Amino acid sequence: MAANKDLDIKVEYITRVEGHGDIVVNVKNGKVEKCELHVVESPRLFEGMLRGRSIFEAQHITSRICGICSCGHSLASIEAAEDALGVVPSAQTIKLRKLLLDYEFLDSHILHVYLLAAPDILGVPSFVPLIKTHNAVVRRALRMKKTCNDVCDILVGRHVHPISAIAGGFTKLPTPKAIDDQIKLLEGMGEDLAETLKLAATLKFPDFHRETEYVALVSDDGEYPLLTGEIGSTDGKRFKKKDYKKATNEFVDPRSSAKFTKLSRESYFVGALARFNLNYDKLHPEAKKVAVALGFKPVCHNPYLNTVAQVIEIVHCYHHALEILRDLKKNGVDYSQEVVVGVNEKGAIPVRAGNGVGAVEVPRGILFHNYETDAKGLIKQANCIIPTNQNINNIEYDFAKLLPEIITRTKPEITLALEMLVRAYDPCISCSAHYLNVTFTD
Amino acid sequence: MTNAPITATKPKVAFFDFACCEGCQLQVANLGESLLDILGAIDVVEFREVMSEKWDKDYDVAIIEGSITDHHAEERIKKIRARSKVLIAYGSCATIGGVNGMKNSFDLDEIRQSVYGKDYKLFDSAKTRPVHQVVKVDYFVNGCPIYPAELVEVLKCALRGLPYTVPDNPVCTECKLNENVCMYDKGVSCLGPWTKAGCNSWCVNNGNICYGCRGEVKNPAKNAAADVIGKYKLSADLIKNKFDMYNKCKEGDTNGGK
Repeated sequence: MAANKDLDIKVEYITRVEGHGDIVVNVKNGKVEKCELHVVESPRLFEGMLRGRSIFEAQHITSRICGICSCGHSLASIEAAEDALGVVPSAQTIKLRKLLLDYEFLDSHILHVYLLAAPDILGVPSFVPLIKTHNAVVRRALRMKKTCNDVCDILVGRHVHPISAIAGGFTKLPTPKAIDDQIKLLEGMGEDLAETLKLAATLKFPDFHRETEYVALVSDDGEYPLLTGEIGSTDGKRFKKKDYKKATNEFVDPRSSAKFTKLSRESYFVGALARFNLNYDKLHPEAKKVAVALGFKPVCHNPYLNTVAQVIEIVHCYHHALEILRDLKKNGVDYSQEVVVGVNEKGAIPVRAGNGVGAVEVPRGILFHNYETDAKGLIKQANCIIPTNQNINNIEYDFAKLLPEIITRTKPEITLALEMLVRAYDPCISCSAHYLNVTFTD
Repeated sequence: MTNAPITATKPKVAFFDFACCEGCQLQVANLGESLLDILGAIDVVEFREVMSEKWDKDYDVAIIEGSITDHHAEERIKKIRARSKVLIAYGSCATIGGVNGMKNSFDLDEIRQSVYGKDYKLFDSAKTRPVHQVVKVDYFVNGCPIYPAELVEVLKCALRGLPYTVPDNPVCTECKLNENVCMYDKGVSCLGPWTKAGCNSWCVNNGNICYGCRGEVKNPAKNAAADVIGKYKLSADLIKNKFDMYNKCKEGDTNGGK
């Protein structure tokens, strides 16, 4: 092809859930005229459907926004509901929620690294051909996935749409045997984790850098903040969770029907790389060791390396989860804290008119839930800002810088570079696993 | 039934997602290594959540996740039906409309506007329907999410051309066998008495109530239900409102969408 002087890339995909979208690339005489990622939100209208429902049903309903990060949505929802109600969770409840979040990260990151990164590196369209050629790797991936699923089953009933984690606490608390079982399962995953790190060390990523703002939870304590803390950025911004709108600044741009977000500059990045860049010092020592071994340092401006940050977080969450479990084993669980709430028909939790915000790190970045309730505890307004939507704007600015740098390459090479960039953001496993169904039209 | 036995070569199976959270597809990945046994018996030709591969011929089995919530989806499901020997509705969104059905409690334009503001017409949206209200469904796998053990059972039946009977007894029957304390006795209402079993009373085992995600039993014990509501001094509205979370799409409930 004549040096890619003219190039039209049109990526059309079914415009449904978060992360699905179209990519439009238009190059004329070597000049980039258009390089956009259009994302259309799902027409499921969750925020609308929540109106009139009990605040005690919010977790159950919003968990169904996404099956992949249903635990994350649950935790953001619970935090927002409790904030609206004025409920302060106990130290034990927070500990168990942190454990659940560790499991969510492990599960999601493992899925992303294996299902996306491995096929890309091995040059196949999915993990299915790998069953024949790399059977041991596929088995390991499925085994690790199953373990994450199993520990979640023990802790909250199941991973997809957790059952016992609700506003007010836990409807079932882990027995000593349940704690032992989780420890055993996680310890049993140690060898596979070590193999995963070996695999990660072989991953090759494109060399691309663009300075941007990184946004994630930050805190003043020594713990890598995933559940608690405040909203912070690498440009020095800091906000209370309650003021999340000052951090997201949603705006509509005529070039796309999706809402964009920005903070100090044109766009910002949320996700593993943002957390790594902001909170590197607070990572578990074992995770830091891996970062050092991989030669990975903050502040890193290569979005492709978000996958590497995920690998490091796998190590962090693995050890952090084990620490919580061993602490629970040693200090015991206070079973009197088990709650029965339903839709609060017996008034177990005092209800009031309120406005509550939940801001929780989920695998793909910071997630916001915000509910306004009436005096009966019914939802009047709901707002959810998901990580994928916050990243779209940043991906587009990456495109704009990346494309001129690779414009002399062949179409398949350009396509792969764009594909891998979007995949690196892990916009949502369902879409990113084969997000860019690229068709070229000359 | 159109579920003729499938033999000869490995059956071509495809997964499709409509409006849903894709959690039921994820339940397949959660089967772990035993997934490889299933993959040994079938030939998965499309599975968007984890595969880039595409298939342009007929499907022996199409597994449909999600509800039909816009006009494009309606056309798409009709095309899939035309190419599929056997069609399985998979998960609450597909079998009963699920949480997507709550949309039907609102005026469509009003709820679209509430989320998207003045630009709401950019996002096509129609009344939520479960799959069988649009095209004929051969097998139903209920639940939000689906119960993995049941998926394996239904797949076995579908691949052999055998019928699968969806359990039509209430969740309470399983709950009793699991020796759970009744949620009503704990002071909160639960939809177990009216909801189809088959989940092994998953939620109640974990201390929560039943939310009705598997759909209403065909022939609920109305007198017993009235007794429960009376005994615990509950308002019928409370129960109905709870039911609306998953079961709002009952109108026009004929298989094939007639």
